[in-house]
Amino acid sequence: MAAISKRLGALSVFSLLAGWAGGARAEMALNFPEPAAGVAQEIYDIHMLTSAIATVLLVIILVVVGYSLYFHRKSRGYQADQHFHETWFGQWSWVIVPVLVLGIDLTIADSAQKTLEKVWEVPKNVDLMDVKVIGHQWWWEYEYLDHSVEIDGKPKAVRVESRYLPEDQAGEETAGYLRAVDNPLVLPVGKKVRFLHTSADVLHAFWVPELAVKKDAIPGYVTETWVDLTREGRFSGQCAELCGTWHSRMPIEVEVVSQERFKSWMEEQKQTMLVAAAEASLDKDWTREELMEKGRGNYNTRCASCHQINGEGLPPAFPALTGSAIVMGPLQAHLDIVLNGKPGTAMTPWNTLTDLELASIITYERNAWKNNTGDLVQPRDIKAAR
Amino acid sequence: MSTATIDLAHDHDHEHHGPPKGLKRWLFSTNHKDIGSMYLIFALTMLFAGGVSAMAIRLELFLPGLQLLDPDLYNNLVTNHALIMIFGAVMPAAAGLANWMIPLMIGAPDMALPRLNNLSFWILPAAATMLILSFIVPFFPGGGTQINTGWTIYPPLSVQVGMSMDFLIFALHMLGISSVLASINIIVTIFNMRAPDMKLTQMPIFVWTWLVTAFLLILVIPVLAGGVTMLLFDRHFGTSFFNAAGGGDPVLFQHLFWFFGHPEVYILILPSLGVLASVVPTFSRKPLFGYSSLVGAMIAIMIIGMVVWAHHQYTIGMSLGAVSYFMIGTIIISIPVGLMIFNYMATMWRGAMTFETPMLFAVGILLMFSFGGLTGIMLAVVPADMQYHDSMFVVAHFHYVLMPGAIFGLFAGVFYWLPKWTGHMYDEKLAKIFFWVNVISFNVTFFPQHFIGLAGMPRRIVDYHVMFTEFNVLSSIGAMVFGLSHLLFLYIIIKTVRGGKQAENKVWEGAKGLEWELSSPPPFHSWTTPPKLAAS
Repeated sequence: MAAISKRLGALSVFSLLAGWAGGARAEMALNFPEPAAGVAQEIYDIHMLTSAIATVLLVIILVVVGYSLYFHRKSRGYQADQHFHETWFGQWSWVIVPVLVLGIDLTIADSAQKTLEKVWEVPKNVDLMDVKVIGHQWWWEYEYLDHSVEIDGKPKAVRVESRYLPEDQAGEETAGYLRAVDNPLVLPVGKKVRFLHTSADVLHAFWVPELAVKKDAIPGYVTETWVDLTREGRFSGQCAELCGTWHSRMPIEVEVVSQERFKSWMEEQKQTMLVAAAEASLDKDWTREELMEKGRGNYNTRCASCHQINGEGLPPAFPALTGSAIVMGPLQAHLDIVLNGKPGTAMTPWNTLTDLELASIITYERNAWKNNTGDLVQPRDIKAAR
Repeated sequence: MSTATIDLAHDHDHEHHGPPKGLKRWLFSTNHKDIGSMYLIFALTMLFAGGVSAMAIRLELFLPGLQLLDPDLYNNLVTNHALIMIFGAVMPAAAGLANWMIPLMIGAPDMALPRLNNLSFWILPAAATMLILSFIVPFFPGGGTQINTGWTIYPPLSVQVGMSMDFLIFALHMLGISSVLASINIIVTIFNMRAPDMKLTQMPIFVWTWLVTAFLLILVIPVLAGGVTMLLFDRHFGTSFFNAAGGGDPVLFQHLFWFFGHPEVYILILPSLGVLASVVPTFSRKPLFGYSSLVGAMIAIMIIGMVVWAHHQYTIGMSLGAVSYFMIGTIIISIPVGLMIFNYMATMWRGAMTFETPMLFAVGILLMFSFGGLTGIMLAVVPADMQYHDSMFVVAHFHYVLMPGAIFGLFAGVFYWLPKWTGHMYDEKLAKIFFWVNVISFNVTFFPQHFIGLAGMPRRIVDYHVMFTEFNVLSSIGAMVFGLSHLLFLYIIIKTVRGGKQAENKVWEGAKGLEWELSSPPPFHSWTTPPKLAAS
């Protein structure tokens, strides 16, 4: 809340009334942010064109109505013209007005269509970097389809999970209140990127105003958008399609970096994935301390937004795990709901996590808070249950 | 009970039938004026219910952070505000005006189907009870989760919601039945009950707008009913209409919903624009400009309005051809809408205007509805909509369309005909104060929302980034004044009903039309013999 109170300090009623004077003014945005992609620039331009046309038309209406309101009033002794509708203008206005409006419409539609053709469809036969953007309740998953590492003899796309960071965990470097994420989507400048949008549960929409393109993430569909990134920077956006309780906490952060930095960042990601995979495939018995330590981290990242850090949940939508019949009951049922989810609720299948991650989470859930079942779940138990 | 049955053939016009006494007068009413009054009172009640939820929304959005509402309650209120305003306030209010005015304006003794009229009204309180239950059921033990989907109730999210969604689905069915029955009644009345020498092309424009609206309702309400029924089946009976995992299509629901939802916008605004056709000539003291082009324009709106629905869903990933079609179709609607606005402006032009409250609202509509229409053209442009879609810009746009376009038109109609209904003049001074407070605070509320939308604030979020703070503060302050200003409206109406200067038969100097030939208030049974149209 620090940012809010800072903001409120700068915000006095006087500055509000006195035309947004002072420091608040510099940060206040009235229009699209500066585009960071060629397609966003196109969209910005068509927006400015239609805004200008709309403004001119509004001014014309205001002037005509204003003139009439001022001059054609009874209090000025103006005599109503009872035959105005019988003049040539009255007779033909039903043709003149539609033709004029049609002219304006065609002007707008013509420019709009040209822009549309440039931005709507992903260009063919050009070098594109594919990024799959998967919406989840309430986090984003990015898969770099062109970059993969080999795990267990199979190629696995580099993937990033991106989640909302509460303000007390967000550092100074981040985008601030409601905008900070743990892992941004990193993209190289100067590259054409194709986003493939889909969803794991309900509708979401990927929206970063600097990139302008917005598309719904729909379960069962893959929709696409593309951008040609023109400048480096960190750009914030958020989910734009109502997706349930924490819709307002689904920030997106895109970090556009130089090609070299992107390469080194990608290498780091691959190394991290390989290390994690190697650790996960160790055929060893993990100790309670190890599992609880890993489990706390994994649980707090992945599960706590619904079931809460303290495991109390937010009933009735998100049941409590403390003292829950499933968590305290037979292991099999617990494994089943985590692996396969619960249809018709926000509980999605978590079978994309590694055996080690799942083992640690389930061990943690069965032993944290007051759930002292004493159960210890090993990765091989998960493997058997899959 | 003999008064409860309308005998069209009876000729005892020397015998005065007063209204029955007590509760029976209202419960069993078949009188178009009584039913019209009940519609209007019902709509006013719902206007306040929807208004309270809107004010709660704006209070939460006053500052960033979660202060007042938890996210699910916020989303619940967002849903509740829209549904109550659309189905509870605007549609019944327009039906109330239709009930009161259509028989008076066309010289009919009553609506053609008086008992159906009674039914279509009395379904409403039941439906409203279901609707309100759908918002409060989750607060009872075992009531499931709140409706957090918005009024669009898109699956799969709406499949996740608890039993409150089922209440909502049934409420929508009943509201739909009520509207369809009322529409049938209006169509039959207009086609069969006009004064003998009144041709269709001589009907007041208000009657025309309701004729078009009634057809629209009959065409699109069943599609909504079908859509929500499929949703009900997906929720409870194992079907997969909208479930991709079962071979269904989540986008199908959006098409069904907006096939209803877009014409619904015209259903909401057309009757109000029809009111303008009575108000503007009266206070300009000159004939309506462009009668036939107004009729043509509204028929064009009806037809084109039914084939452009997908501009509400540009972001679902349609092909280039499909979005081009929907874009151009949507932009083309500006032609008939522009023509309607133009005709009202031309009616004012070279008139001898005075500015009583109905006229003030009419001028307000012309300017602000035009502005909403212009932002509508901006939104129709697909590439730009990729940025605007689901932002606060959209919220600002449709409030500029629906507040002036629908509700200000109803206010204009209420002030215009209130002296006729009650027999008393309303307090002009208070009404003008209401107009100015209402219109200024409306603009303070919604104008800033255009900017925060352009700057990147999505709609339907309970909490927002600090960069949007200033305009949200302003918007919320405006919303509080705007919401409270309606108490003044209520006060003016109660004051007028209870007394005031006796209204003449022809309340307004420049008024024309059959309704002004009756006494104020009109007798319980009006036009027992069909009127002759004046030679003019």
